[in-house]
Amino acid sequence: MVGKIVIDKELCKGCALCVSACPQKLIVVAEEINSKGYHPAEFVDSKGVCTGCTLCALMCPEVAIEVFREEKT
Amino acid sequence: MMKVVFERPKSMFPVPTHYCPGCGHGIVHRLLAEVIDEFGIRERVIGVAPVGCAVLIYNYINCDMYEAAHGRAPAIATGCKRVHPDLILFTYQGDGDLASIGTAEIIHAANRGENITVLFLNNAIYGMTGGQMAPTTILGQRTTTCPLGRSPKRDGYPIRIAEMLATLEGATYIARVAVHNPRAIIAAKKALKKAFEFQINGLGFSLVEFLSPCPTGWGMPPAEATKWVEENMIPTFPLGEFKVPKSEKG
Amino acid sequence: MGEKVLITGNEAIGEAAIRAGCRFFFGYPITPQNKIPEYLSYRLPQVGGCFVQAESEIAAIYMVFGAAGAGARVLTSSSGPGISLKQEGISYISAAELPCVIVNVMRGGPGLGGILPSQSDYFQATKGGGHGDYHLLVLAPSTVQETVNLVMDAFDLADKYCNPVMVLADGYIGQMMEPVEFKEKPPKELPTKDWAVTGAKNRPRNLIKSLYLDPEELEQHNLKLHRKYLEMAKNDVRVETYLTDDAEIIIAAYGTVARIAKTAIKILREKGIKVGMVRPITVFPFPYETFAKISEKVDNILVVEMSLGQMIEDVKLGVCGRAKVHFYGRVGGMVPTYDEIVREIEKIKRGQV
Repeated sequence: MVGKIVIDKELCKGCALCVSACPQKLIVVAEEINSKGYHPAEFVDSKGVCTGCTLCALMCPEVAIEVFREEKT
Repeated sequence: MMKVVFERPKSMFPVPTHYCPGCGHGIVHRLLAEVIDEFGIRERVIGVAPVGCAVLIYNYINCDMYEAAHGRAPAIATGCKRVHPDLILFTYQGDGDLASIGTAEIIHAANRGENITVLFLNNAIYGMTGGQMAPTTILGQRTTTCPLGRSPKRDGYPIRIAEMLATLEGATYIARVAVHNPRAIIAAKKALKKAFEFQINGLGFSLVEFLSPCPTGWGMPPAEATKWVEENMIPTFPLGEFKVPKSEKG
Repeated sequence: MGEKVLITGNEAIGEAAIRAGCRFFFGYPITPQNKIPEYLSYRLPQVGGCFVQAESEIAAIYMVFGAAGAGARVLTSSSGPGISLKQEGISYISAAELPCVIVNVMRGGPGLGGILPSQSDYFQATKGGGHGDYHLLVLAPSTVQETVNLVMDAFDLADKYCNPVMVLADGYIGQMMEPVEFKEKPPKELPTKDWAVTGAKNRPRNLIKSLYLDPEELEQHNLKLHRKYLEMAKNDVRVETYLTDDAEIIIAAYGTVARIAKTAIKILREKGIKVGMVRPITVFPFPYETFAKISEKVDNILVVEMSLGQMIEDVKLGVCGRAKVHFYGRVGGMVPTYDEIVREIEKIKRGQV
């Protein structure tokens, strides 16, 4: 995988703006709820196609998303 | 080897915020913190917090800060900047704070060309107090104090702050941006960075108006609220740079 | 020995502030104190200071908030209607524990009122004016020289208590010209302003705020403010007693009225009536003890004010029923003459009141 994101489940308020922002639809709203009662966003990338474009993190009002990308060697 | 390409800016405290899900404040706070980090000015920055949803901005941004009375942030910033001309001053204000009670203060701070940067968050409503009409509420928009929709006869028209302030000779940089999608957010950050750069270079007064969603106040889920910014706010409040320093003009 | 100059009270206020190290003034024109901003608009740049004519008294008080929070010595001045506009800001400054000096050159009120002198803002100055449990330390000068001295002291007192200090003058003091000496003051030991916002370098950031959403926290904060006011009452009460040792009747007056009363007292003593005066110089903290003590020796106190009776309530609190408290006042810009005061005392002497 070129990129991946880590979502802080406890900071997330389930606004789902990242879900709309992801061009590859790799984020879903989870079934579980966090300690505040929100359904946090969840990164689902079984095929490993995330490019680390950061559009999700740009959109996130809670700064709950960290984005990683493979270093070009 | 994976490296971090996006993380929380250092100038932001790593705490959850009190803002509603999908609120634009979180995005603008982050842009502000990123700009402060990128210019390396956290130890030289003094902020002035408003009365409104962002009254607690000082819980999120790690720099010296004042808590202002409603609308008076530009006056407080003026007092501080006159004492410390080499420090970087910003005010962060909503539509009640800046466009209602604080109209005199913002106009005159701009008119005097105070070398400060104003972040004006326009969500066409009074969020903190429960969703009343703001001077920026658009025609036909329903709020708790115009339940049948804003009508020109009863309530007047929405105020376009960016255009108004751009008529003042004392103003150096006036821009309106939005934070309803990633592309807009990238452009918003560019404008904010410019604004701070102009202040750092002593060029005078800068203001960036951020069109922002207020899902709770507007009574719609976050995704719908971002659409509402696009379809309803931008036609009333066009995006763009309304004033740039002479050195920028062609 | 300082230099002596013939100067108006308003200009003297401006110069005194500069001598006290004040380099920032934010204000708005209003009669009868316009000479203060006018004087400072050319004098401050001369000493490397900063003058801003704000767009309103409201903006001005918040510029004061900003400059005071940044650690500077700062002055604003106004008169009744403008001081009314400043009340929210004054409450904020008190709550945030910021030092500053506010000058009120009182004029006739209420509303737009008149431009001649009065003492009708006593309640506003001493009992609050703005919202919440706070107080200003209020100094009431009587002559232009005393105004100079008190303005200079005001900056020290403000820094000492981290509290706004008001100098309560009137249009007479503001506009009359008197010879004044600007004495060099030895610098005072004052607490450092490490709470000020100056850029969070090498220290945790500072916050200038007044919001405490947690009620327990807010109560503690209020108690902290309250303790300051108790300290003021313990250490910084100022009062002048004039010919009170053998007095049979006491006049209570402050500011310009006290000067007029002194002439009345001279005349009365020539007539064989032994009158003395208690002149509060701080009207907050008020010299209640002085009145408590003196009311054990005399049966009658005449309060004279350019109002319809404001300081008289504090006098009565101090007297606490031990003596009869009478009142004479003129308002609207009318000033009590010494003849009128003599007449009132004679009435009291004859037992006609």
